[in-house]
Order: sequence, then C-alpha cells, then structure tokens
Amino acid sequence: MFKIKKSDLPALFQEIGRKNELYLPVKEAGQVNFGVWEENAQVDLDTLKSVKSPKDIFFPQCENLYSCKRDGKKLTVEPEALKSQPFVVFGMRGCDVKGLTVLDQVFLSDPVDTFYQARRNMGTIVALACHRPDESCFCKVFGNDAAQPEADVAAWLTEEALYWQPLTEKGTDLTGQVQALLKEADAGDEAAVEQEKAVIRAIVEKLPYSSLSLEGWNGEAEQKRFDSQLWEELYKPCLACGTCTFVCPTCQCYDIKDYTAGNEVRRYRCWDSCMYSDFTMMAAANNRTSQMQRFRQRFMHKLVYFPANNNGMYSCVGCGRCVEKCPASLNIVKVIKRFAAEDAKEKSEKVGGGENE
Amino acid sequence: MQERMTGMVRQETESKLIARAKELLADQTVARVLGWKSGDMDYNPEPGYFNSAQELESQFVYNGFCGANLSKYMIEASKMEGRTLVFLKPCDTYSFNQLIKEHRVDREKAYIIGVGCKGKLSAEKIRQQGITGIETVSGAGMDDGCDELKITTIYGEEASCSYASAMLERCHVCKGKEHVIFDEEIGESRDTVDAERFAEVERIEAMTPEERFAFFQKELSKCIRCNACRNVCPACNCRKCVFDQDKFDTSQKANANSFEEKMFHIIRAFHVAGRCTDCGECSRVCPQGIPLHLFNRKFIKDINEFYGEFQAGADCETRGPLTDYTFGDVEPGIVAERSQSCSK
Repeated sequence: MFKIKKSDLPALFQEIGRKNELYLPVKEAGQVNFGVWEENAQVDLDTLKSVKSPKDIFFPQCENLYSCKRDGKKLTVEPEALKSQPFVVFGMRGCDVKGLTVLDQVFLSDPVDTFYQARRNMGTIVALACHRPDESCFCKVFGNDAAQPEADVAAWLTEEALYWQPLTEKGTDLTGQVQALLKEADAGDEAAVEQEKAVIRAIVEKLPYSSLSLEGWNGEAEQKRFDSQLWEELYKPCLACGTCTFVCPTCQCYDIKDYTAGNEVRRYRCWDSCMYSDFTMMAAANNRTSQMQRFRQRFMHKLVYFPANNNGMYSCVGCGRCVEKCPASLNIVKVIKRFAAEDAKEKSEKVGGGENE
Repeated sequence: MQERMTGMVRQETESKLIARAKELLADQTVARVLGWKSGDMDYNPEPGYFNSAQELESQFVYNGFCGANLSKYMIEASKMEGRTLVFLKPCDTYSFNQLIKEHRVDREKAYIIGVGCKGKLSAEKIRQQGITGIETVSGAGMDDGCDELKITTIYGEEASCSYASAMLERCHVCKGKEHVIFDEEIGESRDTVDAERFAEVERIEAMTPEERFAFFQKELSKCIRCNACRNVCPACNCRKCVFDQDKFDTSQKANANSFEEKMFHIIRAFHVAGRCTDCGECSRVCPQGIPLHLFNRKFIKDINEFYGEFQAGADCETRGPLTDYTFGDVEPGIVAERSQSCSK
C-alpha cells in the first residue's frame, strides 16, 4: 500500500492527467458530477455521491455508432472509432464500480458491444472507500462493502492522506506512472486504513436500509410478483419522468435511432428509460401501454428478470440515488418494503387459516 | 402498508384533516382522497390515494415536507368514478384554477380542502448546509413553531437549522395565504416571504450578454433530460408532448453537445408563458438543481411589464394576456427596442 498527503492530491491529478484523460468528481453550478480534470476544475472528493452515476464514462448518454455517406452513386458506411486512448476514473464509489459489473453482463456477453468493451479496456478505475455512507445507502443489501471498494486501485481518503492500494495489473501500471508522488505506507498507515474501514463498517451497520431483506425476489417468484395487485397502487404517484433511470448506475436500456446530418445519416444510441411512453415501441405496437406496466418493469427487471438471467446478480447496487432524487419520493426501497409487508400479511393469514381448519 | 416512523405523533391540524376526510368518505361525498402518505423517513412523504378510514389513519401525513403540488394528479382523478377529495395548499390552488381554465380537470369531480401552509421544506436544502446522514427531523409539523428544525444523524450527531433555511425557493417569494379555490379550509398559514420575487431575474437581466450566456450554459449543461420538470408541471398538460413524439425527430434524443438541452427548456418556457402560475415545482424536482423557475419568472415579469400585472390561475375565467387582444397591447416593435438595449 502507498500513501500521499491530501495536500499533494492536485499534483497527483496533474501527473495522472499528463498521460491519461482523467475523470473525477467536479463541482459545477452547485452540483457534483464526474467530469474531465483540468487545471482549474473544482474537484470535490467530499461529496459522497455524484448526481449522475459515472456510468456515462463507459456508456455515454448519447453516442454515434456509425454514419452513412453518399457521394454520387457511392455509399460508404463508417463506423465510429473505438476508444483507443487510456483514461483514468478517480473517485468512483464501490457501488458504482459494482454497477459496471452489472453493465458488463449486458454489454460484454455475446454479442459483445465493442464500444463499451473498448472503454472498459482503456479505463483504469481508482475507487474511493465511502468515508461517510449516508442514510439513503443500502449497498450492504447487495453484498457490497463500502469500506473495501473493488477496482483497479482501492483508495481511502482521511483528513490527512489518501491511501492507495493497487489491486489489478492496470492498477499496478497506474501506480508505476505516479510512483514518484507516492510513499510506501508503513505499519502506522496500515493501521489508519484499518481504523477507517472499521468506522465505515460501523456506520453501515447503523444505516436504516442496511437490514432490508430481498426474500422473495428471484426468478421463481416471477409470476406472483408480476401479477401482484400492489403495482396498481404503488405506481400511482409516479410522474413517469426518467430521473431514477438516468441517475442509476445500472440502468442500461437504450434506444437506437438515425438522424440526417446534411448529406449523411448518422446512427446513434442514447439512453432510454422504461418510464417513457415510447419505450419498447415497435413497428407493430407498444406492448406496454400503461404507466403501471412501465413502473412494474423497472423493478421486475432489477429484482427478478436480471437475477434470473445472471446467476442471481441483482441489477441494483444500493447506491440510493433514486431514493434521494425521485420527485415523488418513490423508490426501490419502498417497493421492496411494501412487498415484504404484503408477504408477511399473506403468511400470517395462511397460518391463521390453518388454525381455523 | 408503509410503516409510520416511530416517534411521530399526530398533531392537531393533521388530525383535523384526517377526521374531515373520514367524514367525507363515510357520507359518500367523495369516493377517494388524494393526499400525502408518510414515507419511510421523516422527509419523504409521497402523493397517494386513500380509499378507507383505516388507510387515512395509518398512512396520511401533512407536514412541512408535503411540498408536492397535487393539482396535476387531478387530471387523472377527473377521469375516475365519483369525486375526489384533494388537499391543496394556497399556491396549489392557482394551478388547479389554471387547469380548470384549460379544461383539463373537472371542478365537479373535485372536493377541495384548502390546507394551511407554513412553507414547504426540502431535505436537499438541509444537506446543502452540510447536515448529511439525516436520521430524524423534528419541528416540521404544522403545529410546531416552524422556526427551527432539529435533526439527528446516523453518525450519532445532533444538528439544527432554521426552518426558513430549509424552505423551497418558492416559499421565500410566496404568493400568499389565500386559497383561490376551495370547498372548505383547514389549518393556519403564515407569511414566509423574505425575498423579492424578481430579484434574481433582475440580477440576470443586468448581466452582459456574455455573462448571461455563461450562466445559462453552466446551469443547463447539467440537464440530463429526465423530463421531471415537464412531467411535474401543471401547465405541461398536453396529452402527448411534442418531445415524446416518435413519428418525427422532435424527441431530440441526440445532442450535439451538453448545452443543447437549452432548446428544450426555452421551448417549454415559451409554451407555458402566460399559463405558468410560478408554483416552482420544476425547480423542486430537478435532480441537478437547475433554477428552472427563472425562465418562467422572466416571462411573468415581461408579461407584467407589457400587459399589466397578471397572475395565472388567480381565477378560472379571465383570459390570459397572451390569448387575449386589447388596443392597449404592446406593439411587436418592443422586442427590437429591448434587444438593442440588452446588447448595449
């Protein structure tokens, strides 16, 4: 493990930025989002969560895939160039890194999405442990450890220093690039990191959502969950906006469209949201015509369909952004809790019914 | 059922609202109740329907965190069987009037209880003061003094902030305590005004064109086009928004750069001009904290200057200045005159 004084972080960013494009949390117009590092960027490592998850560094909100040009009778199709320069993402949280492993299931399985794959290959991630998890966090529920992020480099930031531990080959390479700025950690430093981890884990234990149970959310329950009358009630306050899906680190649905740009046609891909009315619109018709169906889809996808198709991996990582940002204060936690209450009621009725017989 | 937070005690105003709603359900004046349901935190109640006395008793909540304007939900409720009891705060009633004027809600389908308001709060405004890890918030009840909020955090700390410091922007420039439409009123309101409504607009007007451009570029580049502002807006009530149109390229999903969403916001501001009541829901819901109300307020200020003071939704009959014509109307040439003075 290595360490660097907190006051030397600007020098570290400069050094990383010399050879790589560097993305990190930047405060702009009052909000923190991941942005490209530059000399006068207002880097903010204290804010726990960026408004948007950093997934758009790997899966941009909008990207061109290829363009078709006509020159007389000649038609050419030019695919967009794949990412070929190395880049570094500094300051991702463990939950957001885990979000990428969810995206990997989708984009790196056959047929491989070459655009995404290129970015994954070129990107090196330095993840920060969560100094102070907050009340909307529930990553523990999905098996994440906020004190021990799994990335190319795991880092811990305390009042005095940043502790740096390379975990992969890419992480070791990056460490080599900035070696001059890093100091070998001593036993005291190791103890400081262990202390930080203990503090983080103690906070996580006390979080109000840490004890959330996922019982009953699996492939076997698919039909029962799908048919539940609860959706009719739960969806009602939903505004059908895309806030939850666009701040989410795991939402991966997209739309592919063409647009004309003078003498060429560009095919692009952009984020879509299951909350939107034209989502899953097909030539024949739309198979989801009500907001209840769209609302149900979001949670069924995260908690039932995705784990059923990906060896039990949920497509929620418990980052809590939807909890904080939903304009109608709806979210996945409330959905899980409501179903748990309904399941408990059903169970007690069954037991009660048994006694009567 | 969503469990109520422990430690929360029913206050008098809340009890009165519940009692009256139960009566109206029992005597079948209304078929359902539209109000706020307690969340799983002190600060996250959600809009919701109640169909029984038992539901009201266990889930209804009304406090400083019930900021959501329920008037737009009445578009859907107007299509349901029977009347809906809806709780509207003073500023929400302007939106309801405007929706009547636009024939989007049915007055006969609504039984309106005008509820008192002491200013509405936002957890985000508490977090912005450096208070994070909020576990409980007290002092947000209608019958509390509403001067101070006491907060305990999951880190075992206690914090406090003034009620006003956690209020939504719109409450600092509140339209007043009057409900402009109601069947009955319950609960006290109070003055929360401590800012000049057009001060921020004037500050931006006074900027040079370059400064102004930079300001809006910074703010609007944050937009992720989640459409929360549009979907929450009572004036945005088209059955099918042009930006949801899949038949031609208006859905505008491809952007040349991060600032292109300005077009969406400018078009939207034009579309709601003269109809926007300045309810402030757009700014309340924006996940990126963009002060979207400034666009609307600029239009309101201009309309006031050009056509005389006008408040959309003050009643449900008066024709709006942009849909009416009088000989006193400003001549189109004013646009050129003003743009010249702006670029100086």
